[in-house]
Amino acid sequence: MFYKVFKNSLLTLFAAAVLIPSSIVILGSFKDDLEIYTKPLALPKHWSLKNFHTLIETGNVFTPFKNSVIVAIFSVGITLLFASMASYMIARSTTVTGKFLFLLFAIGLAIPGQVNIIPIYHLFVQLHLTNSLIGLILVNIALTLPISIFILTAFFKDLSREMFEAAAIDGAGHWRIYRSLALPLCRPALAATGIFLFVICWNDLLYPLMLISELDKKTLPLTLIDFRGEYATSYSMLFTAVMVASIPMVIMYLTMQRTFVAGLTAGAVKG
Amino acid sequence: MKKTESRVLVAMAFPAFAIYAFLYLYPSLSNVYYSFQRWDGVTKPEFIGLHNFTYLATNDDLFMKVLGNNFRFSFIVVIFQTLLALLFATFLLKNTKTSIALRIVFFFPTILSSVSVGLIWNFLYDPNFGFINAMLKSVGIPGLNWLGDTRYSLYAIALTQVWFHTGQMVVIYVAGLQQIPQELYEAAEVDGASRWQQFKNITWPMALPTTAVVVAYTTIQTFRAFDLVYSMTQGGPLNSSDMLVTLIYNTAFSSYKWGYASAQSIILVFVVLLLTYLQRRTLRLNTGEK
Repeated sequence: MFYKVFKNSLLTLFAAAVLIPSSIVILGSFKDDLEIYTKPLALPKHWSLKNFHTLIETGNVFTPFKNSVIVAIFSVGITLLFASMASYMIARSTTVTGKFLFLLFAIGLAIPGQVNIIPIYHLFVQLHLTNSLIGLILVNIALTLPISIFILTAFFKDLSREMFEAAAIDGAGHWRIYRSLALPLCRPALAATGIFLFVICWNDLLYPLMLISELDKKTLPLTLIDFRGEYATSYSMLFTAVMVASIPMVIMYLTMQRTFVAGLTAGAVKG
Repeated sequence: MKKTESRVLVAMAFPAFAIYAFLYLYPSLSNVYYSFQRWDGVTKPEFIGLHNFTYLATNDDLFMKVLGNNFRFSFIVVIFQTLLALLFATFLLKNTKTSIALRIVFFFPTILSSVSVGLIWNFLYDPNFGFINAMLKSVGIPGLNWLGDTRYSLYAIALTQVWFHTGQMVVIYVAGLQQIPQELYEAAEVDGASRWQQFKNITWPMALPTTAVVVAYTTIQTFRAFDLVYSMTQGGPLNSSDMLVTLIYNTAFSSYKWGYASAQSIILVFVVLLLTYLQRRTLRLNTGEK
C-alpha cells in the first residue's frame, strides 16, 4: 500500500516536472508576455501566430536554421562514413595495426573534447577556418569519431568471421565486403549512432560560440543565446525561438523513438 | 595468410585517422606545450616552465573555488540522478503501456539542446514572473532568487541538470535491470522478502555494473558542463556557479591568458582521468573481477 502511493506520487511528480515546462513553452509561444506571466499554464486566449511572424520578420531565424541543418547533416554523414570504414579495418585487421589504431582512438574517449578549445581556436585562426561552417563540420567530425568508432567496432566484431571469410574466398575484396556485406548488416547500429551524433551536433554551443561571430554563419544554439540578450525578458519570443529550434528533434524523436533511445543510450554506455 | 596488413584495409582507416590525428591528437599535444608558456594568443609565447601550474596550485583562489564548485556540482548530480534513475527504472521495469509511455516522457528532455533547457529554466526560476516562485507563493512560501543568489545558483543548475538527463539514465537502467533473472525475485517472494529486501539483496548488487556505467558517464558529463551553465548564469553571480570549462573559456577568451587556460585544461584532464580510474577500481572490487 505504502509502496504503491510512494511509487505513483514520485512518477506523477517527475512526469509533471517534464510536461509542465514543456506545456508552458508550447502554449507560451502563442501568447504575449503578460499572459505568460499571469497564466503560464492556461490555454491562450487567442491562438495568435504573432510571435512566429515577429521571429521570422525581425530575427534571423531562417539562416541559423539552415546553417544548423547543413552542419548537422554533413558532420553526421562524414563521421559515419569515415568511422565505419575505420571500424571495419579495426575489426578485420590481422596485425597489430588495428589494435594500435583502436587504442589511439580510445585516447579520445578519455580526453574530453572541451579541453582542446585553445589549440583548436589557434589552429583554425591560422587556417582561416573561423566563421566557417566547414570549420564547424571538421571540429564535429574530429570530436565524434572516437565514440562512433567505439560503437561501430563493437558491432562489426559481433558479425560472424566465417561470413567475411566466405565472401573473401568468393573473391570479394575488402572494399566490396565492406560496402555490400558489412554496411547493410550494421544499418541499425549506423542509424542509432547517427541519431546520437545528430543530437550532439544540433545542440552544441561551445565550439560555435568560440569559432563563429558573423551573423550569417551562426547556428541555432548560438542564435538562441543572442535572443536571450535581445529579448531579455520577453519570454514569449524566447519560447517561440525554443520551439522552432526544437521542432526537428521533437519530430525525429516522436517518429523514430526506438532508434533515438537506442542511439542516445549506446552513446552513453560505450562512452 | 600474410602478416602484413592489406593496403585496402589501411587505406580505409586513413581518413578517420588523418582527421583525428590533426584535429584531436595534435591539439591535445599542443595544449600540453602551451601550458608551459606565458601567452596571450597574439604575441610570441614565452617558456615559463611549471610556473602556470605552481601558480594555479598556490595562488589562484578563483581556480580552487571553481574546482570546488565543479566537484560539488558533480557529486550532487551523480548522487541524485543515479538514485532517481534507479528508482524510476525499478518502477518502470515491466513493458506495460503506462511504463513505456512514462519512459518516453521522462526521456524527452534529453533530446533538447542545453541552451533551450537553460532558457526554459531561466523562466521557471525567474524571481519575479517565474513559475516556481508563483507555485511557492500560492502555498505561502516566499520565493527565492534562484539563479541570482550566490547561495543557490549552483544547486539550481544541478537541479536542472538532473531534470535534463535522468530519463536517459532510466532507459539505461531499464535495459540493465531487465537482464536480472525473474526467478530470483520469485524465489525471494516465496521466502517472504519485503520489497526493500528484494531491492537491497537482488536489484542493487545485480545492477552494480549498470550503476558503474551510469556513474562514470554522469561524472564525465558534469565535468564537461559548459552549455547549460553558460546559458543559465554564465558562471555567476560572483563565480558561484562557475565550472571548469566555463572558467577555461573565460580565461582564454575574456582574459586572454592562453597559456594559463591551457594549464587549467590539463588539470581538468587529470581530474577526469583520476575519477574514471577510481570508479573503475571500485567497480572491479564490487563485482569481484580482477
